[in-house]
Amino acid sequence: MEWEAVIGLEIHAQLATKSKIFSGASTAFGAEPNTQACAVDLALPGTLPVFNAEALRMAVLFGLAIDAEIGYTSVFDRKNYFYPDLPKGYQTSQLFHPIVGTGYVDLELEDGTVKRVGVTRAHLEEDAGKSLHEEFPSMTGIDLNRAGTPLLEIVSEPDMRSAEEAVAYVKKIHSIVTNLGICDGNMAEGSFRCDCNVSVRYKGEEAFGNRTETKNINSFRFIEKAIKGEIIRQIDILEDGGYITQETRLYDANKDETRSMRSKEEANDYRYFPCPDLLPIVIDDDYVNQLRDTLPELPDARKARFIEQYQLSDYDAMVLSAYRDLSHYFETVANTAGDAKLAANWVMGELSKLLNQNDTEINASPVSAEQLGGLLLRIKDNTITGKIAKQVFEAMWAGEGSADEVIESKGLKQVTDSGAIEAMVDDVIAANQPQVDQYVNAEPDKRGKMIGFFMGKVMQASQGKANPGQVQGLLKQKLDALANG
Amino acid sequence: MLDKTLAELAQGLATGEFSSVELTQNYLDRINAEDGKLNSFITVTPEQALAQASAADQRRAAGNADAFTGLPIAHKDIFCTQGVRTSCGSKMLDNFVSPYNATIVEHFNQAGAVSLGKTNMDEFAMGSSNESSFYGPARNPWNTDCVPGGSSGGSAASIAGGLTPAATGSDTGGSIRQPAALCGITGLKPTYGRVSRYGMIAYASSLDQAGPMTRTAEDSAMMLNVMAGFDPKDSTSLDRPVPDYTLTLNDSLKGLKIGLPKEFFSDDIDPQITIQVQNAIREFEALGATVKQISLPNTHLAIPAYYIIAPAEASSNLSRFDGVRYGYRCEDPTDLEDMYKRSRGEGFGEEVKRRIMVGTYALSEGFYDAYYKKALQIRRLIQQDYVTALSEVDIIMGPTTPHPAFKLGEKTADPVTMYMEDIFTLSLNLAGMPGISVPCGFANGLPVGLQMIGNYFAEERLLNAAHQFQQATDWHTQTPGQ
Amino acid sequence: MSLDRTDVEKIAHLARLNIAEQDIQEYADNLSSILDLVDQMQAVDTQDITPMAHPMDAIQRLRLDEVTEADQRDRLQTVAPSVEAGLFQVPKVIE
Repeated sequence: MEWEAVIGLEIHAQLATKSKIFSGASTAFGAEPNTQACAVDLALPGTLPVFNAEALRMAVLFGLAIDAEIGYTSVFDRKNYFYPDLPKGYQTSQLFHPIVGTGYVDLELEDGTVKRVGVTRAHLEEDAGKSLHEEFPSMTGIDLNRAGTPLLEIVSEPDMRSAEEAVAYVKKIHSIVTNLGICDGNMAEGSFRCDCNVSVRYKGEEAFGNRTETKNINSFRFIEKAIKGEIIRQIDILEDGGYITQETRLYDANKDETRSMRSKEEANDYRYFPCPDLLPIVIDDDYVNQLRDTLPELPDARKARFIEQYQLSDYDAMVLSAYRDLSHYFETVANTAGDAKLAANWVMGELSKLLNQNDTEINASPVSAEQLGGLLLRIKDNTITGKIAKQVFEAMWAGEGSADEVIESKGLKQVTDSGAIEAMVDDVIAANQPQVDQYVNAEPDKRGKMIGFFMGKVMQASQGKANPGQVQGLLKQKLDALANG
Repeated sequence: MLDKTLAELAQGLATGEFSSVELTQNYLDRINAEDGKLNSFITVTPEQALAQASAADQRRAAGNADAFTGLPIAHKDIFCTQGVRTSCGSKMLDNFVSPYNATIVEHFNQAGAVSLGKTNMDEFAMGSSNESSFYGPARNPWNTDCVPGGSSGGSAASIAGGLTPAATGSDTGGSIRQPAALCGITGLKPTYGRVSRYGMIAYASSLDQAGPMTRTAEDSAMMLNVMAGFDPKDSTSLDRPVPDYTLTLNDSLKGLKIGLPKEFFSDDIDPQITIQVQNAIREFEALGATVKQISLPNTHLAIPAYYIIAPAEASSNLSRFDGVRYGYRCEDPTDLEDMYKRSRGEGFGEEVKRRIMVGTYALSEGFYDAYYKKALQIRRLIQQDYVTALSEVDIIMGPTTPHPAFKLGEKTADPVTMYMEDIFTLSLNLAGMPGISVPCGFANGLPVGLQMIGNYFAEERLLNAAHQFQQATDWHTQTPGQ
Repeated sequence: MSLDRTDVEKIAHLARLNIAEQDIQEYADNLSSILDLVDQMQAVDTQDITPMAHPMDAIQRLRLDEVTEADQRDRLQTVAPSVEAGLFQVPKVIE
């Protein structure tokens, strides 16, 4: 019998509001502990929540982006449990009436097929603070800066059957929320987190196996590794005649394994009930339609447009359409340079290489899209060669100025003066008599390859600046003249 | 000076008969001399009071005085007061010096009021006798062997005892009206959402409402002028204009339609109370009102519904008292769970623990529908009763309590008999409507309260009716013998 | 509805309340009599009645997304039982 994995995901996306979901404290990341935890966030006696309009707008925008049912009346509930980084002793969430109901996303799989994954719901809730266990020997430190940061919890149907599908789904949701501008998507800082529910069963079976929930996974790569590891762990246990315990597990990236979470062992009774400090959120068609009008172009639509408008390959279009900033950058380069294919090659090639090497986000690139477009223009008008362009690009990255400034200051302009090129060609022919003799004596159909040697010498002599087309033409003309004597 | 109403004191300040500092010092002396017997204050703040009084006098001298400038009041210890201990009557918050002010405290400060201190109360407002206070019970000035009622017992006792002319209170199931009745003063529970809850330590969020406790209806109008209003910090606060409640006090009651619910005049009530309430209603008829019998058929369900809804909300509201960020933490906890359980077990008193457990149980898996949801459905039935009745009459009247003040310790053994004392008051919190209790006589030498209930936002009408009644009677002017 | 000692222990644990061994029975009796009182509700047919969570049929007001609270850590932590390096301290939690 063949095993099959069943995977459902819960994604927590921190909404990119300036202030918290129920208080006026800042949500900025990385502040000193507890400096962004106000009286409401600390749950001081007597404090009360007031709901942030922007969190509502962002949640509804997400619902529209995945073609979901919108909750015209949604209600905040309290999820009661004790934990030191949960100041009120309950998390304000939405159980019975979420803001976003059922929707879906389509995934393009590597074999070219499209798989639809259902989104069960997405609801608003508040983030907890952070418990720091390593700071002190016998105590745990509590930082409540994160407490009250708005979260959109996006719950999928158990529709995925492999770690690869799960990652494709997470990437899809990631690209949607970042495209909408409702989440910064920073997984390392915890802005976008994923809990994976995994079970296995024999292929063809209807019933689900016992599942585990793995928390704390903060990169796409770890999601894949954690799920793969968990599937293998479960299959090993079942094949040994064992039993899968329904439990919460924690992924340890250093050891690349999951382990049971002791603190979550106890079966919880969350005693959900409607939060009496908050009233029902009621929105109408006007509100929803106005938001629908502001919906930006989403990756699927943009990919189709890139293929249509720029004649990009399917692969290039998919890569370049996934993120708003990247797409925008690409389009600016393409329009500046007037050559989409060249722009695509440079954005996915040289630019991506340097961004990765320097761990830099595209919107922090030291070379702007307009500047890169300007560089490509100089290739197209033969001012520089493609090879020199890489050198120019590196100088631009290092802050040495625009393409024209670098070309000028470094004297990299292509030599197209035929007199100067002819002189260099003559010098090379005169200085390499043995190779000229070989050329002359070779069969005519072998000569084409042999010309490369002379090309290299001339380009070297010109420091790469000679126009390669002209050099090639002249070399052929002069060597053939010698051969045909 | 100490038996005067706010309105009279305001007059004295305005004419320069006395200064706010003199007035405040008089009350502070009185508290010093008398509160040993009454235990109506948990914290007295003489320095702050005199500083505020002095600032008020300067403000008056500068010609910027408001109606409330320089008038002394006391705050129930459920309202957060910056720099002053805010205990909520609990060991849990015995060490809690609030870092911020409740919205209504802020309102009084801006009006130039003087705060004498913080009044005693049942722990976390859970009680009808003040006996659940960590600081010991406040006592009824009419008979110090008797309870002052609760939970705003300290506010009621301090006013009746002449230790302050007025105080703030909060009412979740009768906690303003019941002690007002038992101590012979006036107490108003406004419409839910009329007064901000921000900074008022929550007991049951959907029921809690702050209100004034005073000698007279006119004084309550003056207090409500300061307290009422929209607060952007409270999602349940209602954005509606606030009238000047003193302007309509003298309107005629001619044609006022009074409804008497037959359920409020049952055999379980002390007959003396029934007689006094009936006399009061005759007084209203003499003032031009008409009276008719009505029915609030679901009255008997109010206590059951209340004792699910209030504990359920409380069980969650009080989870924040965990010994982590403020409040009591037990000695030498062995681990996190030990810290939680002992901090909460030692920091909360018996009645609070009881209600937390009832609420926890009612919300727990498998019981939600049978208890919590059911109670919310019954709540609607009760509200519908009031809506129907108040479409036929302007004001519903009846006794505030079934009995006058009872003896300390008399009802502590069985919580349920204590709960029954709130039978006429707590249905109003479920419905969210305003109600006022005014003194209307005595039963066995102890004050009797008349409760008047109006429709949503009918505070003006209630204060008007109460004021007219007080113009025609002198029950509210009586003070306990020294 | 009558609660026994096990029920009380379970509820007390959910609510994180330490209850002395000798008090458990009294709590069980008191809670049982409160539940008897509220059980009157069960006689009423409420099938078609919408639960009423709030006294007014008002809807949630929205707050503008503005940062209005500056750092108040020092003031807010003066009331904390145990603070070190700006962090609230609790006994070590093992995850």
